[in-house]
Amino acid sequence: MEITLQNVTKVFQSKKAEETVAVDNLDITIPSGQLTGLLGPSGCGKSTTLFMLSGLLRPTKGKIFFGNEEVTPVPPEDRGIGLVFQNYALYPHMTVRQNIMFPLENVKMDKEEAQQKAQNIADLVGIGHLMNRKPKQLSGGQQQRVAIARALVKEPRVLLLDEPLSNLDARLRLQTREEIKRIQRETKITTIFVTHDQEEAMSISDEIVVLREGVTQQIGEPQHVYDKPENMFVAKFLGTPPINMFDGRIENGRLMIGEANIAKYDVKDQEVKIGIRPEGFKIVERSSFKVTVDMVQTIGRDTTLVIEKPNAKGETFRAIVDSEERVKPGTVLKLSVRPTKFHVFNKETGAII
Amino acid sequence: MLEDQHNVKAWFYLAPALALLGIFIFYPIVNALFLTFVQDYEYLLGTFDGFTLLGNFKNAMQDANFSQAFLNTLFITFVSVPISVIVALLISAWLNGIKKFQGMFQTIFFLPYVTNAIAVGMAFAFLFNRDFGLVNLFLGFFGVNPINWVNTGANWGHAMFSLVIYITWLGLAFKIMVFLSGLQGIDKQYYEAARVDSASRSRIFRRITVPLLSPMIMYITVTSFIGAFKAYTQVIGMFGQRLGPPGNDKSLITVVALVYEGIDNAATVGALSEAAATSIILFGVTLVFTLINFQVSKTRVHY
Repeated sequence: MEITLQNVTKVFQSKKAEETVAVDNLDITIPSGQLTGLLGPSGCGKSTTLFMLSGLLRPTKGKIFFGNEEVTPVPPEDRGIGLVFQNYALYPHMTVRQNIMFPLENVKMDKEEAQQKAQNIADLVGIGHLMNRKPKQLSGGQQQRVAIARALVKEPRVLLLDEPLSNLDARLRLQTREEIKRIQRETKITTIFVTHDQEEAMSISDEIVVLREGVTQQIGEPQHVYDKPENMFVAKFLGTPPINMFDGRIENGRLMIGEANIAKYDVKDQEVKIGIRPEGFKIVERSSFKVTVDMVQTIGRDTTLVIEKPNAKGETFRAIVDSEERVKPGTVLKLSVRPTKFHVFNKETGAII
Repeated sequence: MLEDQHNVKAWFYLAPALALLGIFIFYPIVNALFLTFVQDYEYLLGTFDGFTLLGNFKNAMQDANFSQAFLNTLFITFVSVPISVIVALLISAWLNGIKKFQGMFQTIFFLPYVTNAIAVGMAFAFLFNRDFGLVNLFLGFFGVNPINWVNTGANWGHAMFSLVIYITWLGLAFKIMVFLSGLQGIDKQYYEAARVDSASRSRIFRRITVPLLSPMIMYITVTSFIGAFKAYTQVIGMFGQRLGPPGNDKSLITVVALVYEGIDNAATVGALSEAAATSIILFGVTLVFTLINFQVSKTRVHY
């Protein structure tokens, strides 16, 4: 089920008639049978978009299509969607079985068939042995699975997940995100999930949509978006540790940070912003990019160097190098920059150059 | 030593409350029990002629109005409580769902709670007046001849019907307030989840709202049962000391009214004991139904 949003806008009106544009003219196509992540900082309109897909919110303007069918005026109960809420919204007075069977009872499915289906889906998500428990007697991860089972049991056309991992602790989060990926692969259901965690989105999505203040920034495969950001916001938002931003300039076809020559760059002379990924630095013998190391942090296989920017006193950047390289604070190093790991942006608009 | 001091202090702090409870709660209870088991108690002299185990209960049950009083009380309880609980539930669910005028309706429904029961009773008596009342006027539109609800010679059924309507209405306010606060405490996501799960409105009400509200429903049911067993003011409010429509005096007498009658006749030998015995019987009945309520709640209430 391919999902298309056409110029979708959502404006919230407060009691004092102040208007907030949560989603602004969103125009995206979400591919069928894949896991798509809506990614952005809080307040970017990603949850609003998800709730508009579910039908719980109506767009102020624009159209939503499931396949060729327009669903904009269709209420949530008739859209054929499964929705997993951020805090799961499991009915506390029902057992796991009753929770999972509830959507089936609503469509008056035969009781035995419903029970069989509930059991099958519970087995799929790995909670088949917990059917008689109440939600309160389950751990966060188990509750999450019950919520997914309840959303999947009615065989929806689309599965929507609102911040599915935000209520789990770090370890469970890692495990659950593999689990969501596996369930999605096995059911092949078009799945859209919302997250503010770029690592989470990058690790499980087939496709990510980066949003900012209700406006799409970039759509594409996670690695592609990471490697080829279309603007400064996307470059800054993806990656941990975040990308290093430098004030730089283009001079006679060369990219300069202060007096350091970074690379050849054949566009007209101007002031620019340069983003360099921490893993984009290499320690070399000869280079005009000379720096002094401030601090060295070795964590596991990586060594992170904290270095003062050559053209801005007091500001630092991070470079990740092999832990083989024994570097001490105070060492003077010469660096080069890997050609695919830096990006040049327009100083005013932030667009890629 | 230190602990002793704390103890003394604690008792000191408790003293005012204990004194009040002792005078107005514990002593009357003990005294009622005492009165129940003494023979030929003379209120004015404070004398009695030995003890009796069941004598006063026997006297109480032989009172001409005893069975009528219990019948009326049970009828009021088992008709008005379920109706008012269900109606309050529906009204509060509706109130919770509307956006406009919610505050206004909330105030309107809450008014009976802050209005004197006697005054409301008089108003209802007028509503049900045969010649001028709005009820008969309304029924008249459908070609129904004026019914004698509460006027001279009105029969038990009509008078009781009017009384139960009034009692139900009077009890709604508090119930609606409790249910509404309960409803507002229910997470809206359950409703959104249920909508996405294609549940109809009536199913959402039955499967989500009522179970999640069940602790409140239980609380209201138990307190309403206890309150209804004590019905008295309402009868006075609508029918005055006569406890029934003129010409059919005492036809709407309740158990508590019977107890007050005993107190009125305190000068008669044994009358106070009889009233005490009646009140103990009422206590027993109330206790039994409350225990039944709690038993039912064990399987029906989801905390």
